[in-house]
Amino acid sequence: MAELKFLVAPEIGKALKEDHPYDLVIVGAGPAGLTAAVYAARKKLDTLLISKDIGGQTLLTSDIENYMGYHYISGKELAAKFEEQVKKYPIDIAVGEEVVSLSKEGDDFLLTTAGGKRVVARSVIVATGKRSRPLNVPGERELVGRGVSYCAVCDAPLFAGKDVVVIGAGNSGATAVVDLIKIANRIYVVDIMPGWRADPVLVERIAAAGEKVETFFAHEVVRILGDERVEGIVIRPRGGGEEVELKVQGVFIEIGLIPNSDLAKGFLELNEAGEIVVDCRCRTSVPGVFAAGDVTDVPEKQVIIAAGEGAKAALSAYAYLIGQRR
Amino acid sequence: MALLDDHVREEVKRELAGLPGAVKLLVFTQEFECDYCAETRSLAEELSELSDRIEVEVHDLLGSKAVAEVYGIDKIPAIVVLGEGDRDYGIRFFGVPAGYEFSSLLEAIKMAASGDSGLSPEAKEALAGLKNPVHIQVFVTLTCPYCPMAVQLAHRCAVESELVRADMIEASEFPHLANRHGVYAVPKVVMNERVSFEGALPEKAFVDYLLAAGS
Ligand SMILES: Cc1cc2nc3c(=O)[nH]c(=O)nc-3n(C[C@H](O)[C@H](O)[C@H](O)COP(=O)(O)OP(=O)(O)OC[C@H]3O[C@@H](n4cnc5c(N)ncnc54)[C@H](O)[C@@H]3O)c2cc1C
Repeated sequence: MAELKFLVAPEIGKALKEDHPYDLVIVGAGPAGLTAAVYAARKKLDTLLISKDIGGQTLLTSDIENYMGYHYISGKELAAKFEEQVKKYPIDIAVGEEVVSLSKEGDDFLLTTAGGKRVVARSVIVATGKRSRPLNVPGERELVGRGVSYCAVCDAPLFAGKDVVVIGAGNSGATAVVDLIKIANRIYVVDIMPGWRADPVLVERIAAAGEKVETFFAHEVVRILGDERVEGIVIRPRGGGEEVELKVQGVFIEIGLIPNSDLAKGFLELNEAGEIVVDCRCRTSVPGVFAAGDVTDVPEKQVIIAAGEGAKAALSAYAYLIGQRR
Repeated sequence: MALLDDHVREEVKRELAGLPGAVKLLVFTQEFECDYCAETRSLAEELSELSDRIEVEVHDLLGSKAVAEVYGIDKIPAIVVLGEGDRDYGIRFFGVPAGYEFSSLLEAIKMAASGDSGLSPEAKEALAGLKNPVHIQVFVTLTCPYCPMAVQLAHRCAVESELVRADMIEASEFPHLANRHGVYAVPKVVMNERVSFEGALPEKAFVDYLLAAGS
């Protein structure tokens, strides 16, 4: 039996004020948004932090060993500490809300949520981070939630004693494999590249599991099989060759991330990767709208970088609001 | 050994300070043959030490068959969260509410103490029109950060409507049930065995499904 942990997590669904012009609305509560919230609150801006969850990608990370001040901390714990610090300040926090659009309305900005709520802001920080990239192969969409998973941390416990495949041999894929070694029966790893691209520590841990893990490097996924649920996967060597069918009940897709910039499409300038283009002050193409963290074109996606960018974005928003008042 | 460390105990004390009403946790266990039965019981007892408004009553599933039947308890470990005057809002936890679900247990306690679901006025109005009983089962794992949203929303609906009962079910402790409902991703929500979906939905969409299940 696993050791039990107890997390006192965010209050969900705390009210946000509709049609009340906030000084600043921060969309996304990962490291970037949470840090921005602390800086905004300290400048006494009337702030709303609105997000689907608190913690963002850190919630999906087992351990973080490169955030200063902590030799080692689990992603959940770090997120909980960030949250605790934000909650010291009297700002509005709405968790469990998805922002679906952002537009200009007069001098202000209008944000709408998936549930139809309307939020008005004098300035905005978009800190919506990234999410898993889909494979885009036949069978994938149809079988999401039927054995196709993008959250290994969440769903791995459901595959006890089953055969599974992990697509992607980078750090996220390797982490998924390490989690699954304790749970699944047999684990296949498929990657288009000729070998692991994960940290050596992880690769060593996987090697220690021996034959339980079988790799298919330089292979690509052709399709995922199954009607009601995943029954297998078809792969083939890159550059041609015989297709191979693997019988699996679970497919964990860990092939990288795409930016959550849908809400900004057509409104803010994006680069070809879909990331929001910002200058060194976190300003986007629309004055009054700032962006920070993984959703932007700032190179390197790390907690410490996202946090630093979040701080910068809040201070830039503050400077912008002061300028408006004059 | 205590399950909750000092830091968590402090946070819990803060969360549970000033509960507006009394709460009773009915814990169903069995001496043997249950993963996490002992932990679930200890957890409830440790919580009651942290707030004088929380009382714990422990029942043996077989020994207290009649009580188990009243509350519809068919598997263990289970916790029923009752409000003031032992009012049953329909809040159930099957499996140990640890990990991320610990926060769902705290929220359930706060909700039962106040009797307020905290749903939006629109959702309250919609639920007032519910015609038939709805049994919501929310399958979770303890490492799923999105699951508490679905669990807490289900519990809110239970508090709001007499016709709704909402269970958190820790999927890995009840593999047969999870299998029967095809749980391959969490959170997975099943309503009246008729309607089911994966993922944490916003309040409005969740309530729409609930109304469909109860129509
Ligand atoms: C498996 C894994 C391991 C990692 N390991 C490390 C590590 O060891 N060290 C390290 O420094 N970094 C690591 N990273 C990277 C790090 O987690 C990210 O760089 C960091 O979380 C980015 O922060 P962010 O705030 O920009 O975005 P995110 O963390 O992605 O947060 C975005 C937030 O926005 C919310 N959101 C998104 N869209 C919307 C919307 N439309 N409406 C409302 N809310 C929305 C999300 O719910 C989330 O709360 C790892 C990442 C992964 C996936």
